[in-house]
Order: sequence, then structure tokens, then C-alpha cells
Amino acid sequence: MSLRTPLARVLGRGSAKEGVHHWLLQRLSSVALVPLSIGFVVSLIALPALDYFTVVGWVRQPGTALGLILFILVGARHSQLGVRVVIEDYVHAAGVKMLALVLSNFAHVLIAATAVFAVLKVALGARP
Amino acid sequence: MSERPLSPHLTVYKFKYTLATSILNRLAGLVLSVGLLLLVYWLAAIAAGVRAYAQARELLSLGAFKFVYALLLAAFVYHLAAGLRHLVWDTGRGLSRASAQRSAWVIAVASLVATLILIYCLLRPGAYAP
Repeated sequence: MSLRTPLARVLGRGSAKEGVHHWLLQRLSSVALVPLSIGFVVSLIALPALDYFTVVGWVRQPGTALGLILFILVGARHSQLGVRVVIEDYVHAAGVKMLALVLSNFAHVLIAATAVFAVLKVALGARP
Repeated sequence: MSERPLSPHLTVYKFKYTLATSILNRLAGLVLSVGLLLLVYWLAAIAAGVRAYAQARELLSLGAFKFVYALLLAAFVYHLAAGLRHLVWDTGRGLSRASAQRSAWVIAVASLVATLILIYCLLRPGAYAP
């Protein structure tokens, strides 16, 4: 048993024992994204037109709405994990790195929330 | 805490196409992250109503966006192929040099073909009724 605090470990002196979680989540989200992303693209190909009423009718189908929400949520999480590693690898100045990580995290949460809200509004709202 | 050695050391490796497949996978992932913004903009425009959607559609149908969509399709297909290759690697298979070089060619050719097919399906003139 170590008497060192977790903070002491992460301050440049070793692992915070969080890496496996990141690794596993990146893999699990990638596995989930295989059917979700292919389904999204196939669904786009199957759309006959891109006018407002066709597209709204498409989003209002329960399968589409659920697929879009899952795709966006898992995709945003996967993207957040990936962008995080890129920032950690290439941004070396500590302050800039922290700022970039925080901005990236905020942006990904905002993107996911906006998309889910938009899909739910169309899917559950009044028919136009 | 300063002056610790930090990976990755991009400059110390001899360039080989297997290295390019790895860097391209990262780049493709970043391109898709930006693509997520476009998807959300499109969904938000649908939710904002018929007039807002018409405006967004005018913007998104600009010729320059065709290039963006083609790039996104290529990034999607490549990231998918390279990601599947990584998942196979995670099982401990295909890690020998010969095997990794073979799979590099497989994902390059497969994603090129799939990108062209998707561009034909989604971006050819008249792919969607007006």
C-alpha cells in the first residue's frame, strides 16, 4: 500500500491509473460506432430528397431519431476522447494544454446536447 | 516536472507508408470531429423550422461544400477501415511487420474504392431530388 496521494502521483511522477478507462472507452465507442455510423450513411443514401418536409419526416421516424441520438452521443464521446489525446500529444505548454482540453470538452458537450435537443424537438414536436 | 521526455517523437522515425496510415487515421478522426459540427448545424436547422432550414440549405449547397462532403466521406471510410484494423490489432493479431504492411495496403485500397462509391451515391449531380 502506498501512502502517496493520487495528486502526488499525477504531478508528473507517475500514472493516475485512469488510462485504462480512457483506452477501454475509446475501443467500446469505436465498436458501437461501426453499426451506428454505417447506419447513418445508409440512411442518408436512402433519403429521396433533402427538402424540409422529407427531412422532417425522416427524423420523425422513431428508428431514425433513436439512431441519430445514439450516433451523436457515442460519436461525440469518441471524438472527445480522440481530440483529447491529440491535444495531450502535441500541445506541450501546460496552460495552453489545459485551456485546449477544457474548451474541447465544453464544445463536445455542447454539440451533443444541441443535437439531441434538435432531434427530440423534431421527433416529438408538432407535425409541421 | 519540466523537461520530462514526452512522446510521440515525430522526428525520430524513418518514414514508411505504415507510418502514414497511422497519421492519416488521426487526421481523419480530426476531420470527422469538425464534420460533427456540420451535422449538428444541419440538425439544428431542421429543428428551427422551414425558413431557417431553407437558409441553411442554401449555405450547405454552395459548391465549396461539395469538396468538404467528399473529404468527410473519405475521412469516414478511412477512419472506419483503420479503426477496424486497430481493433484487430487489439486482439493481438496482425502485428508482425509483413502483416501490418499488408493490412496498410488493404485499408488504403478498400477506403479509396468505398469513398468513390459513396461520392457517387451521395454527391453526384442529381443524387437528390431538388
